[in-house]
Amino acid sequence: MMLANFLGRLTWDALPQDPFAIGGSLMIIFASLTIVGLLTYFKKWKWLWSEWLTSLDPKKIGVMYIIVALAMLVRGFADVLMMRAQQALASGSNTGILDANHFQQVFSAHGTIMIFFVAMGLMFGIINLILPLQIGSRDVAFPFLNATSFWLFAAGMLLINASLMLGEFSAAGWLAYPPLSETQFSPGVGVDYWIWSLQIAGIGSLLSGVNFIVTILKMRAPGMNMMKMPMFAWSVLCSMSLVVFAFPILTVTLTLLFLDRYLGMHFFTAGMGGNAMMYVNLIWAWGHPEVYILALPAFGIYSEIVATFSRKRLFGYTSMVWALIAITVLSFSVWLHHFFTMGASANVNAFFGIMTAVIAVPTGVKIFNWLFTMFRGRIYFASPMLWFIGFVIIFTVGGVAGVMMSVPAIDYQVHNSLFLVAHFHMMIVGGVVFGFFAGLTYWFPKIFGFRLNERLGKYAFYCWFVGFLLAFIPLYILGLMGATRRLDHYDSSLGWQPLFIVAGIGALTIALGVAFQVLQLIVSIVQREKNRDVTGDPWNARTLEWSTTSPAPVYNFAVLPEVHDRDAFWATKQSDIKPTAIRYHDIMMPKNSSLGIIIAGFAFICGFALIWHIVWLAAIGLIGAIISVIIRTTDDDTEYRITAKEIEKIELAAAATRKIAV
Amino acid sequence: MSQAKTTIIKRHLPEEDGDSKTIFGFWLYLMTDCVVFASLFAVYAVQRNSTVGGPSGVELFSLPFVLIETLILLTSSFVCGLALLAARRGNKQQTLILFSVTFLLGLAFLGMELSEFRHLVLEGDSWRRSGFLSAFFTLVGTHGIHIAVGLLWIGVMIIKVARTELNKANLRRLTMLSMFWHFLDIIWIFIFTIVYLLGALAI
Repeated sequence: MMLANFLGRLTWDALPQDPFAIGGSLMIIFASLTIVGLLTYFKKWKWLWSEWLTSLDPKKIGVMYIIVALAMLVRGFADVLMMRAQQALASGSNTGILDANHFQQVFSAHGTIMIFFVAMGLMFGIINLILPLQIGSRDVAFPFLNATSFWLFAAGMLLINASLMLGEFSAAGWLAYPPLSETQFSPGVGVDYWIWSLQIAGIGSLLSGVNFIVTILKMRAPGMNMMKMPMFAWSVLCSMSLVVFAFPILTVTLTLLFLDRYLGMHFFTAGMGGNAMMYVNLIWAWGHPEVYILALPAFGIYSEIVATFSRKRLFGYTSMVWALIAITVLSFSVWLHHFFTMGASANVNAFFGIMTAVIAVPTGVKIFNWLFTMFRGRIYFASPMLWFIGFVIIFTVGGVAGVMMSVPAIDYQVHNSLFLVAHFHMMIVGGVVFGFFAGLTYWFPKIFGFRLNERLGKYAFYCWFVGFLLAFIPLYILGLMGATRRLDHYDSSLGWQPLFIVAGIGALTIALGVAFQVLQLIVSIVQREKNRDVTGDPWNARTLEWSTTSPAPVYNFAVLPEVHDRDAFWATKQSDIKPTAIRYHDIMMPKNSSLGIIIAGFAFICGFALIWHIVWLAAIGLIGAIISVIIRTTDDDTEYRITAKEIEKIELAAAATRKIAV
Repeated sequence: MSQAKTTIIKRHLPEEDGDSKTIFGFWLYLMTDCVVFASLFAVYAVQRNSTVGGPSGVELFSLPFVLIETLILLTSSFVCGLALLAARRGNKQQTLILFSVTFLLGLAFLGMELSEFRHLVLEGDSWRRSGFLSAFFTLVGTHGIHIAVGLLWIGVMIIKVARTELNKANLRRLTMLSMFWHFLDIIWIFIFTIVYLLGALAI
C-alpha cells in the first residue's frame, strides 16, 4: 500500500500486454541498447556529449532535430501500415489484426506523432540549419534558448514513446476531444501521456518562435532590408509569427484539460457547467494556424528550389511576400471550418466558409508564381525539383477538395469522412513533407559537405508520388461513398474492400520509397568522397548560404556579407568585383552548455510523474527545472572568443581545398 | 566606401546589439503570455454564467478587499519603476531597498489572494463547484502563479545585484524583470475590471 502510493498509479500492470506493444517496446529497447553499446565500444560518449548534446550551434541542433524527426517518421509510418492492414482486412466476418481499443490508440498516436514530432521536427531542423546562413548571420538570437527548445521537443518525443512501454496511449484521437478525453470516459493514463508530451514539446516550439522572429528581425546581414530577404526567410518569419500567436492557445487548452482531469474542474465536462465545444473552438484556434505554421516554411523551400533549378529569379517576389502575409492573417479567421456541423448559426458558418474560400486565393497566387518562375526557365530536373513538381500536382488536387469543403452544405456531407482524411493528407504530406524532403536534398551538401545520391533519390520520389496517389485517391472515393474516418471494421456488402486494398498497396509503395531513402543515405555516406561538394555551391544557387564553405564553419561567415540586391549570392557571382584584401575580426560565439538538456530532463521527469500521479517526483522535476533556469540566467560567462588569427587559419585551409565555380 | 564599412562592422559587434535583441525578445515573450491570458479571459467570458445553481460573482466578491489588493499591486509596480530608475543611476543601495519593497508588496498581494482562495474553498465554493468557479480560479490563479514567479525572480536578482555590480548584464536583467512586473500589473487591471467589478455589479 505504501509502495502503491509512493509510485502513484505506476504498477506492474503498466508493462505492455499485447503483441504489438511488446514488439514495439522490444524494438525500441534493442535499438537503444545497440546505440549505447556502439558508443561505449568506440569510446564516443565524450564526443557525443561535448560535440552534440551540449552544443549551442544551430547547425548541429538542426541535425539533431532531423534525426529525431526521421526516427519518428518510421514510428508513425509503422502505425500507417497497421491501420492500412486493418482496413484492408477487416471486412465482414474478418476482424483484422487489431482490436478496437488498440486501433484507436494507433490512429491517435499516428496523428500526434506525425504532426508534432515529424512535421514540426523537420521544420525546425531545416530552419535551424539554413535560416541563420541564409540571412548572413553567425547564429540565432538566443542560442541557449534554441538548444533548450530542441531538448524540450526531444523530452516530449521520449514521453510519447514511453507510452508504448509503460501504460497506454490516448485512444481519443489526435486532438483528444472532450468529453471522451475526460476522466469519466478515458480513466487511464493515455490522455495524460498525450497532454504532457504535447505540452512539453509545445513550449519548446513557442520559445523557438520567439527566437527565430528576433533572429530574422535583428540579425540580418548589412544591407538586407525586408524586401531583399530570401523567400524562405520570409516564410519562416510568417510561420513563426503564427507560432507565437497560436501556441499559447494550445498551452492554455492542454492546461485546462489537465485541470479537468486532475483537479476535477469543469471546463469541458459533460455536466456542472462544462462546455465541450469550447475545447473544440480553442484547439482549432491553435490547430488551424498550425497547418500554416507547417506549410509556410515548405512554401519558402519551394520558392528557393524553383528559382535555383529554373535558373531564374523568383517570379513576382512582392506578390509572394504579400501572399504569405495574407495567409498569416487569414489563417486566424477560418478555424470554425473544422466543425461546421457543430450547429453554429447559418451566418457564422457562412462567414467561416467564405473566409476559407478566400484563403485559397493567396495560396493560388503562390502556385501561379512558381509556375511562372518555371516558364521559359532553364529547368534542371534534379530530385528537389521533382519533389516540387509532385507537390504542385498533389497540393492543387488537395486544395481544390479543400475549397469544395469550405461550402458548409457540402461539408455536412463529407464531415468526418475519408474524403476529409484524403484532403488533409494531400495538404500535409504532399504540401509539407514533400517540401521538407526537397529541402533536405537541396541543402544536404551545405550541412554535411557531400551530395545525396541522385538516382536513388529519384527512385524514392517516384515511389512516394505514385504510392501517395494510390493510397489517397481511393480514400476520396470511399469518403464520397460514406466511409467515415477511424473505422476499424465495415460490412462486406458495402463493396469498400477493393478500394481499401488499393490504398494498402499505395502505403506499401510509399514504404518502398522510404526504403529507397534509407538506401540513398547509406550509399551517399559510403560514396561521400565521390560526391563531395568542394565549391560550397553545388547547385549554382542564388542565396547567401551557398557563399560559404560546405559544411559551413562554426561562425558561418568569417566576414559578414554585404547585401545590395535580392538573390545576394547570385548578384555577387554575376558581378565583376573581385574581393579586396580581407581583414578578419575576433568573433564571439556561445560556449557549450549542458543546462539545456538538464532542463528538458527535469521537464521529462515532471511530465512523467504527473502522468502517473507521483507527486514527490513531479515536485523534484519542477524544482530542478527552476533551479537550472536560475543558474543559467544568472551566469555572466557564456561566450568565448575566436581570434582573428584563428579565423584566418581556418579560412586559408578552407580556401586551399575550395574550388569556386564561376 | 571605407566609411560605410566601418559603420557596418560597428553595428555588428555582438557586444553592442546584444541588449536590444534580448529586450525585444522578452517583449515578444510577454506578447505570447498576453495570448495566454487572452485565452483565459475568453474562457472566463464563456463560463461566467455557468454557475449551475452555485454562487455567482455577486455573492462571492468583496470589492473593498479587492480594491486593497489592487492598490498594493499598483504601488508595488510604482516602486519597481523607481527601483529601475535607481539602478540606471547606478545607485546600488537604493536599488536593493526599492526592489525589496516591491518584493514585500508583491508578497502581501499574493498572501491576500491566497487567503481569498482559502476562504472560498472553506465555504465549499471550490473550483469543483461549477464551470464559473473553475474559470475564476484558473484565470486569477494563473496571474497568481505569475506573481509567484516574479517574486522568485526579484529575490534572485536582489541576491545577484548584492553580490556583484550594477553592470550592463544586470541592468538588462532588471529591465526585463520590471517589464514583467508591469505586465502583471496590466493583466491585474483587466482581472479587476472584468472579473471583480463586472462580477460584483452583475453586469
